[in-house]
Amino acid sequence: MEKIKEALKKEAGSAGEVRTQSVTFPEGVNLDSGESLAPVEIAYETYGTLNQEKSNAVLIAHALSGDAHVAGFHPGEDTFGWWDEMVGPGKAFDTDKYFVICSNVLGGCKGSTGPSSINPKTQRPYALDFPLISINDMVRCQKKLIDHLGIEKLVSVAGGSMGGMQVLSWLNLYPGSVKSVIPIATCLKHSPQQIAFNEVGRQAIMSDPDWKSGNYYGSCLPAKGLAVARMIGHITYMSDSSMSSKFGRQKKDTAGPFKFTPDFEVEGYLRYRGDNFVKRFDANSYLYITKAMDNFDLWETKGPEELFKGTQARVLVIAFKSDWLYPPYQSKEIVKACKRAGLQVSYCQIHSTYGHDAFLLETAQESHLISHFLKKAFYEYEVTGRYEV
Amino acid sequence: MRFDTIRIDHQAIFELVDSRSSVLDLGCGNGDLLYLLIKEKQVRGQGIDIDEKAIYRSVEKGLNVLHGDIDSGLSEYRDNSFDYVILNQSLQQVRRLETVLDHALRVGRNVIVGFPNFAYYKARLQLFFLGRAPVTSSLPYTWYESPNVHFFSIRDFLDYCRKRSIKVRRALYLGEGLRIPVFANLFATTGIFLISR
Repeated sequence: MEKIKEALKKEAGSAGEVRTQSVTFPEGVNLDSGESLAPVEIAYETYGTLNQEKSNAVLIAHALSGDAHVAGFHPGEDTFGWWDEMVGPGKAFDTDKYFVICSNVLGGCKGSTGPSSINPKTQRPYALDFPLISINDMVRCQKKLIDHLGIEKLVSVAGGSMGGMQVLSWLNLYPGSVKSVIPIATCLKHSPQQIAFNEVGRQAIMSDPDWKSGNYYGSCLPAKGLAVARMIGHITYMSDSSMSSKFGRQKKDTAGPFKFTPDFEVEGYLRYRGDNFVKRFDANSYLYITKAMDNFDLWETKGPEELFKGTQARVLVIAFKSDWLYPPYQSKEIVKACKRAGLQVSYCQIHSTYGHDAFLLETAQESHLISHFLKKAFYEYEVTGRYEV
Repeated sequence: MRFDTIRIDHQAIFELVDSRSSVLDLGCGNGDLLYLLIKEKQVRGQGIDIDEKAIYRSVEKGLNVLHGDIDSGLSEYRDNSFDYVILNQSLQQVRRLETVLDHALRVGRNVIVGFPNFAYYKARLQLFFLGRAPVTSSLPYTWYESPNVHFFSIRDFLDYCRKRSIKVRRALYLGEGLRIPVFANLFATTGIFLISR
C-alpha cells in the first residue's frame, strides 16, 4: 500500500512530503549597513538528492511574502509549496535530476532570523533593534548555507520578483559559484513607482495604532495595517485585464448593514487576501524586506559598463507582457547589461494577462524555457556533444 | 543530419562562416541555422527573434536567443562584438533597413545578408504578362499577407553597396534547389552576400 502511495505521488509529479530544516551560523553575517548580526539562523528545504560530485544543486530564491516551502507538502498539511508546479519529479526543476534548495530570507518570519526573532542581548524579540538588511545580505546568508551543504558551484540560481533580485545579486557577488542564473520578472534597481507602492504599504502598517513602534510582540498585532499593505500589494500583482476577467463588476450576495461593506467581488477578494496574510506574516518583516527591495540598486556599486563583467554564467531572463509592477523594460535592462558584459543570454517576454502574478501562474511556458535552459547549463555543451557531467 | 537535407540557403551561409567564430543571427526563427553552425562549426552563437514561439523552439535547442525586434536589439552591442552578423530573410522585413544594416556592419566584422530576388524571371513574367504582384518560391506571400516591406533585386543591392562603399566580399546565388552561376539577377530566387565596411 505504501508503495502504491509512493508511486502515485511520483506520477503526479509531486515533490512529496518535505520538512523545513534549519542551520545556525554562530559567527553571523556582516551586513551592507556596516553592522553585523549574530547568530543567524536560516530555515531551508531541499528536494531531490545531491549527487556525489555535489554538482547538481539548484537554488530557488523566494519573493517578498514567500518562504522556504517551495514545493511538496508538510506532514499533515494538504496545501503545496508556493511554486509546486515548477519543482518536482519531471517538472522544470526536475528533482529526479537536480538537488533543489530553497531558504527563507534573512529578515523573514518563516524560520530565518528576522525582527521577530529573539535578540540574544535582551532575550526579547528584536523588533526595530533588528539592523537594516539588504538583498545582498540575504544572498550572503544563502552562500553560507550552500557552503554548509558542501556545494561549490550551483547549476543555477532562480527566482521571480524579489527572488530575481537575489539571483542578480548572486551573479554580482559570487559569479564563480553559479553556472547559470534565471532572473524572472525583476529589475536591476527598484524604480520610483515600485518604491512608492512599498512606502504606502509601510505607512499603512506604521499608522496602525497596534504597531506601537514595532513593539507589538505578545500583544495585539497591527493586523489592519498589514492587511491594507497586502491589499495594495495584490492590486499591483494583478492587471486591469486579469481583474476584469476574475471579478468583473460582480457583486457579492451578502448585503451588509453598513454602507461601506464590500459590495463587489474584488473588494471581498482583497479583504480576504489581506486578512489571510496577517495570519502568516510578521508586520516588521514586511517593513524590513520591502526596504531591502527599495534599496536594491546594482548600478550603485558598479556602473552599467562594469556590471557582470568578467563573469561566465549563462543567463535566462524572463518577463511578462502585462506585468506593470516589474515591466519588461526592466528585464531588458538586465539583458542589456548581460550583452555588454559579453554573457551568453536568453530573453523571453511571455505573453500573459496575469500581471506580475504571472511568474507564479504561467508555469507551462516557464517550465518549457527553464527545463531546457537548465539541461544546457547542467550538461554544458550538449549541442556540441561535449558533456561536462 | 545529412548535409544535403539542409535548406539550400543555410548550406550557402554555412560555407561563408569560419569555424570557431562568433555569430549573431538576426531573425533566427526556430534556430535551425544557428544550431547547425554551433554543432558543425563550433561557433559562439546568439540569436534574436520577434516571435515568442521561435524563442521556445530555439531555447529547446540550447541556443542563446533574445526575444525582441531587430531594430532595437542591435544598438546595444559594442563595435565588432561578433565575427558575423547574419540577416537571412529578415532584412526585407525590417522597417528601418538602412539603420539596421549600418548597425549590423558596426557590430559585426562581417555581415551575411540573404534576401529574395524581386527580379527573378518568374516574378518578372507574372508582373509583365499577368499584371499581378508576383508570388514565387522565395516570395511566397500574397500582397495582402506579406511580412515584407522592402522589395529589391540582386542588382539593386549591389548598386546600394557600391553607393555606400560597402565591400561585397562574396556573393552566392541560389535558384530553386541549385546554385546559379550566371545571369543571377534573372535566374536566382535568392541572393546571399558576405559584406563588410
